[in-house]
Amino acid sequence: MIEKDDDIGYINSISLPIKGCAGDTGEWRIFKPVKDAEKCNECLLCWIYCPEATISKEGVEIDYQYCKGCGICAVECPTGAITMVKEEKR
Amino acid sequence: MVTVRKLPEEELFLPGSVACQGCPSSLGLRIAFKALGKNTVLIVVASCTSVLQGSYPYSAINLPLYNVAFATGGASASGVVAGIRALAKRGVFEEEPTVLVWAGDGGTYDIGIQSLSGAAERETDFIYVCLNNEMYSNTGTQRSGATPLGAWTTTTPGGKAQHRKDIAQIMIAHKIPYVATASLAYPVDFYQKMLKANSIRGTKYIELLAPCPPGWKFAADQMIEVSRKAVESGMWLLYEHEQGDTRLTGVTRRIIEGKVKKRPVKDYIEIQGRFSNILASREGQEAEEMLESEVSESIKRLQGWVPEYI
Ligand SMILES: Cc1ncc(C[n+]2csc(CCOP(=O)(O)OP(=O)(O)O)c2C)c(N)n1
Ligand code: SF4
Ligand code: SF4
Ligand code: SF4
Repeated sequence: MIEKDDDIGYINSISLPIKGCAGDTGEWRIFKPVKDAEKCNECLLCWIYCPEATISKEGVEIDYQYCKGCGICAVECPTGAITMVKEEKR
Repeated sequence: MVTVRKLPEEELFLPGSVACQGCPSSLGLRIAFKALGKNTVLIVVASCTSVLQGSYPYSAINLPLYNVAFATGGASASGVVAGIRALAKRGVFEEEPTVLVWAGDGGTYDIGIQSLSGAAERETDFIYVCLNNEMYSNTGTQRSGATPLGAWTTTTPGGKAQHRKDIAQIMIAHKIPYVATASLAYPVDFYQKMLKANSIRGTKYIELLAPCPPGWKFAADQMIEVSRKAVESGMWLLYEHEQGDTRLTGVTRRIIEGKVKKRPVKDYIEIQGRFSNILASREGQEAEEMLESEVSESIKRLQGWVPEYI
C-alpha cells in the first residue's frame, strides 16, 4: 500500500487508499481503551466489533494512532478485559 | 461452522477515516469487504459513506470505487455490470469482479427505489446493500421512509406519525434470487449472507440495520447493544429469502420458535434519545403499542399471513 508521504505525482484524479485519511483520529479520544492481557481470552469479539479496524486480530493489540475511543470494545468484551481510561491532557 | 475467528484478517476499510465514533456504516463496510474480498467494485450512493470514504487525494477504502448521484444506485450498477461484461469478452479479467452498491435508506426507500427496481427487473448481476440508519444522516438527520413511527428526526420534531415501509418485502416481490436482512450485532450471520449473495447470479438485496449514535441519540459505545436489542425486541427481523421460501435466521428464528422470549419494544426504544419525547408524552403509550402491533404483524406476514384488506 502507498504511504501518505509517497509522491503520488501531480495531476492525478485517483484517490489513494491510506490509513489516516482524516489524520491521526486517535486525537479525537476522550477515553482510551486499555486491555488487561491477564483477563483476555482472545475471543476476538472486540476485533470484529471495532468499527475502526484498530484492534489487531493477531495479539489483540489496539492501534492508538487511529482508535477513536468509541468504547464499543470495552462494552462488548465478555471478560471485562478492556477498561476506558480518561486521556491525559495533550 | 463459520466463527468470528475464521473471518479474514485483511482490512479493506482502513483506520483513520472521517466517520463518527462508533459508526455503523464503517463496521458494515469492514465486514462486507471481508466477505467479498479484493475483487470487488464498489458503487457508493450519496450518503454518509460518500463522506467517510475520505476526500481527494486519499481514501479510506482500498477498492475501486465510484461515487454516484443519490437516485442512481441501480442504474449505475447496470452500467458498471455492462462495462465489466464487455471487458470480460475481451479477456481482461481472470475472474469477473463483484459489483457492490452501498446506499443509505434515503437512497433506497425514497429516492433510489425506481432505479433499484429497474435493475432488479433486468436481473442485473450485482449485490445491493441498504445501510439502513432510518434517517438521512449525512444531511443532518431528516426523516425517511424507513424512520419508525414515533421517532424524532429534524423533520419530525414531535415524532414520526407514520409507519415505515417494508422494502425487503418489496424486493422479494421482484422475484430476485436472494433477499436478506442482517444486524451488526451478529457479524458472522451478516458475513455469511454476503458470501451467499456473492455465490448467486442476478440481483441480490441485503439490508443492514445501522444504529447511528448521533442520529438516534445514544452513546457511541452502545452501538452493538442497540443493534442487538433491535433484533431481540422484534423491531428488526432477521431472515433470508430464496426461491420463494423465507428462512428465519438467528435470534429471530429462536423467538418465533418459542426458544427465547421476545423483549418488549420498550426495551429497545427507551435506550435511544430519539424516542424520549414520545415516551414522555400521553401519546407515547399508544405509539409503543402501535410499534408492538407492527412487530406482530411483520412476524405474521413473514409466516405467510395475508391481511384481509389485500
Ligand atoms: C438529488 C439529491 N438531493 C439531495 C442530495 C443531498 N444528500 C446527500 S446525502 C443525503 C442523505 C442521504 O441519506 P441516506 O440515503 O439515508 O444515507 P445516510 O446519510 O443516512 O447514510 C442527501 C439528502 C443529493 N446528493 N442529491
Ligand atoms: S473481547 Fe475481551 S476477551 Fe475477547 S479478545 Fe477482546 S479483550 Fe480479549
Ligand atoms: S474504542 Fe472503539 S475505535 Fe477504539 S479500539 Fe475500541 S472499538 Fe475500536
Ligand atoms: S452520522 Fe451516523 S452513519 Fe453517518 S458517519 Fe456518523 S455514525 Fe456513521
